[in-house]
Amino acid sequence: MRWVCLLFPRLALEGALRRRADPGAPFALVDGPAQRQCIRAANRAAREQGVKPGQARGFAEALFNAPLFKAPGAAPLSKAPNSAPENGSEPASGERLETAPFDAESVERWRRRLASWAYGFSAQVSLHYPHALVFEVASSLDLLGPWPRLEARLRSELAELGFSHRLVIAPNPAAARVLVNVHDGLAVDDAGLEPALAALRLDRAGLANIDAGHDIVQTLKRSGFQRLDELFALPRSALARRFGGGLLRHLSELRGEWPLALDYHRPTPRFSRTFEFDQPVHAIAGLAFPLKRLLQELAAFLMGQDAGVERFRLTFELEDGPAQAVEIGLLAVQRDPDTLLELTRAHLERVRLAGPVMSLTLSAPRLSAYAPVRRELLEGPARQAQAWATLHQRLVARLGEPVLKPLIEYREHRPEMAVIDGAGPRARDASAGPTRPGWLTPTPQRCDGDVVQLLAGPERIESGWWDGGDIRRDYYLAQWVDGRHAWVWCEPGRQGWYLHGWFG
Amino acid sequence: MSSLESLLDSRQIWRAQAGADSQGGEAIASGHAALDAILPGGGWPSAAVSELLSAGAGNGELALLWPVISRMTREGRPVVLVSPPAVPYPAAWRQAGVALEQCHWLDVQGREALWATEQCLRAGCCAAVVAWLPQADSRLMRRLQVAAASGNTLAFVHRPLAKVSEASPAPLRLRLHRHAELEILKCRGGFPPARRIAFGTGA
Repeated sequence: MRWVCLLFPRLALEGALRRRADPGAPFALVDGPAQRQCIRAANRAAREQGVKPGQARGFAEALFNAPLFKAPGAAPLSKAPNSAPENGSEPASGERLETAPFDAESVERWRRRLASWAYGFSAQVSLHYPHALVFEVASSLDLLGPWPRLEARLRSELAELGFSHRLVIAPNPAAARVLVNVHDGLAVDDAGLEPALAALRLDRAGLANIDAGHDIVQTLKRSGFQRLDELFALPRSALARRFGGGLLRHLSELRGEWPLALDYHRPTPRFSRTFEFDQPVHAIAGLAFPLKRLLQELAAFLMGQDAGVERFRLTFELEDGPAQAVEIGLLAVQRDPDTLLELTRAHLERVRLAGPVMSLTLSAPRLSAYAPVRRELLEGPARQAQAWATLHQRLVARLGEPVLKPLIEYREHRPEMAVIDGAGPRARDASAGPTRPGWLTPTPQRCDGDVVQLLAGPERIESGWWDGGDIRRDYYLAQWVDGRHAWVWCEPGRQGWYLHGWFG
Repeated sequence: MSSLESLLDSRQIWRAQAGADSQGGEAIASGHAALDAILPGGGWPSAAVSELLSAGAGNGELALLWPVISRMTREGRPVVLVSPPAVPYPAAWRQAGVALEQCHWLDVQGREALWATEQCLRAGCCAAVVAWLPQADSRLMRRLQVAAASGNTLAFVHRPLAKVSEASPAPLRLRLHRHAELEILKCRGGFPPARRIAFGTGA
C-alpha cells in the first residue's frame, strides 16, 4: 500500500482567486464579525504591500490608500475606496485591495472537487484530514506509474487548476499526513518510514488531534520529549500507562501497525459544468463547439461513474435578462457523446435564444443506471429483433395488446370474417386469387348515388349459412364519383349499393 | 450579408441545396422509375419524413408505397402502419408482394397515434413507418422529423389536402392526384418540378 497525501496550504484563497478575472490583483479574504473583520489570507500582490493575516480590514485597505491614511479625518476608512477617485488620491498604480469573505463551505466544496479529481487516479480517496487529501496509489501505479511520472502529472494538473500544494508518498495514510507537514516531494518506502518519522518534532506529528482530555504535546514536552524517536524508544506499556491509549494508537497508526479506517470519498452523482465565453454568442450555431466539449466531459464523467443520463439541462446565462434553460429529456439512458450531441442538437433546433449568451452550463442532476447495449455475435438481426421486442413491449404497455395487429388473412370467403373477425386456419398463399382492395372499410356503408360506373364484376360471394352470418353478395369494382376505385356490392335481386373497400 | 447569416442561424430560412449534402445523399428507391428519376438522391429520403397529401383513402397511396413496403418486408424488416384509414386487406397486400408477417398495423387514434408514430420512428428497428395523422400540425411534424432522423427510419405521413398551404418541416411533400399522378410540392436538395408525375398503374 502506498498512500499519497496532498496538503493545500492556501485552499481558501486560491479557490476564491479562481473566480476572479485577474488573479494577480491585490486580493484578501476577510473573516470575523462585521465590526472587527480581520485579514485571513492575502495573495502575493497584497502581501507585497504589507497586508498580513490578522490585520484589521480597515488597516489593510488603508495600506493601498496612502494619502487618505495620512489624513484619517477626511473620510471613514471603510468608505475610502469609493471616495478615492473623486479626491484624485488613488495611488499611481491604480490598485486597491479587493476583499471577499472567507467561506468555510466553499473551501469544503473545493476539497470535494479536488477529491473528485483525485478519484481519477485512485478508487480510495479520503477527506479524513482537514486541508488535505489522502489517496492510495499502489494499485494505480501499474497503469499510471512509475511514481516520478505520476508525481509530475499530479503536480502539473494541480498547477493547471491553480492550487499550491505539498505532497508526500508513504506506506500508510497517517504517516503521509504527518510527513507532509515538513516535507514536500518526499517518497518513503517501508524501510525508510521509521527514520523519517523518528526525525519529526512532536508539535509536527499530528499529536494535537489525539483526544486525550489534555494538551498531550505540552505534557510530553514537559516530560522532556522532543522528537518522535524518543517516544518510539519507550516500552509500549509504559507509554500507554503514562500518556493514555490514544497516543499509543496514534504512534501505531504512523508506523502502519494499526490499520486506519478511512471514509472514502464517493464522487457526487451529479454533474454540472459551465463554459464561459470570452465574447457573447448570438446564435445557436456558435454554441456547437462548447456544447460538444461539455458533452464530452459529461460522457467521461458518466463513464467514470458507470452511469448514464436520462435527462439533463442546458442553462444559457444571458447578457441581459434572466437565464434561459432548456430541459433535454431522452427516451433511453445514454452516455455516448456522439448520440448525446446529436439528440441535443435536435432539441436546440427548436430553441430560439432570447439574447446574447455569456455562458453555457450543462447540468445533470440525476444519473441513471446504464446498461450497455449487448454486443452479440450475430450483430445485425439479433439486435434488430431485440429492439423490435422492446418497441412492441412499449406500445403494448401504453396502448393495450389488441391495438398492434399483424396482417392475417383467414381461410374464409366472407371479407369481414377473413380480415376482421376471423378465426381458425390461415389462408394459404393464394397469389392467384381474385382481386381484392387494399383497404376494407370495417362496416359496409350504403352509397347509392356515388358510383358512376361499374368497371369489373360481378364476383358472387355466398357463404356462412352454417353460422347464421350468411351473406349473398355480388361484388364489383366501381368508379367512384371523384374518380377513385371502390369495391362495392349489392345483394342479387335487391336495390342498394354498399361501399366495402378502396383500391389504394 | 450578416443579416442573411443571422436569418440562417436563427433557422428562419434554409438553404435549398444544403440539405442534400447534410443527408449524405442517401435515398431509398421508391420502385417507380419515373419518380426515382426526379427525386433528389433517386428515391425516398431515408431517415426523414415524406409527407403525402391526399383527399382520402383510395387516391393511389398504396400503389405508390407498396413497392417499397414489399421490398422491405421481404428483406425481413418490419413495417408499421399507424392509424390507417381502413383495415388493410391482407389478400391485396400479399398480391402486391408484401410479406405479411413483417407488416403490422396500429389501430389507434388521436394523440396516441402521434405518440406511437414517434415511438416507432425513434426505436430504429422499423424499416418504415406509414402513418395517417390528420391531426398533426407543423410542430408535431417537426417532432416526427427529428424522431425519424434519430431513429434512422423511413417515414410517410398522410395528411388531408387542407394542410397543403401549411408550412411543413418535412423534406419531401407530395400531393396525390387521381389516376396515379402526383405533384411534388417541396423537396429538399432540389427544385420541385412543375409537372405532375405518373407513377404506374392504379391498382
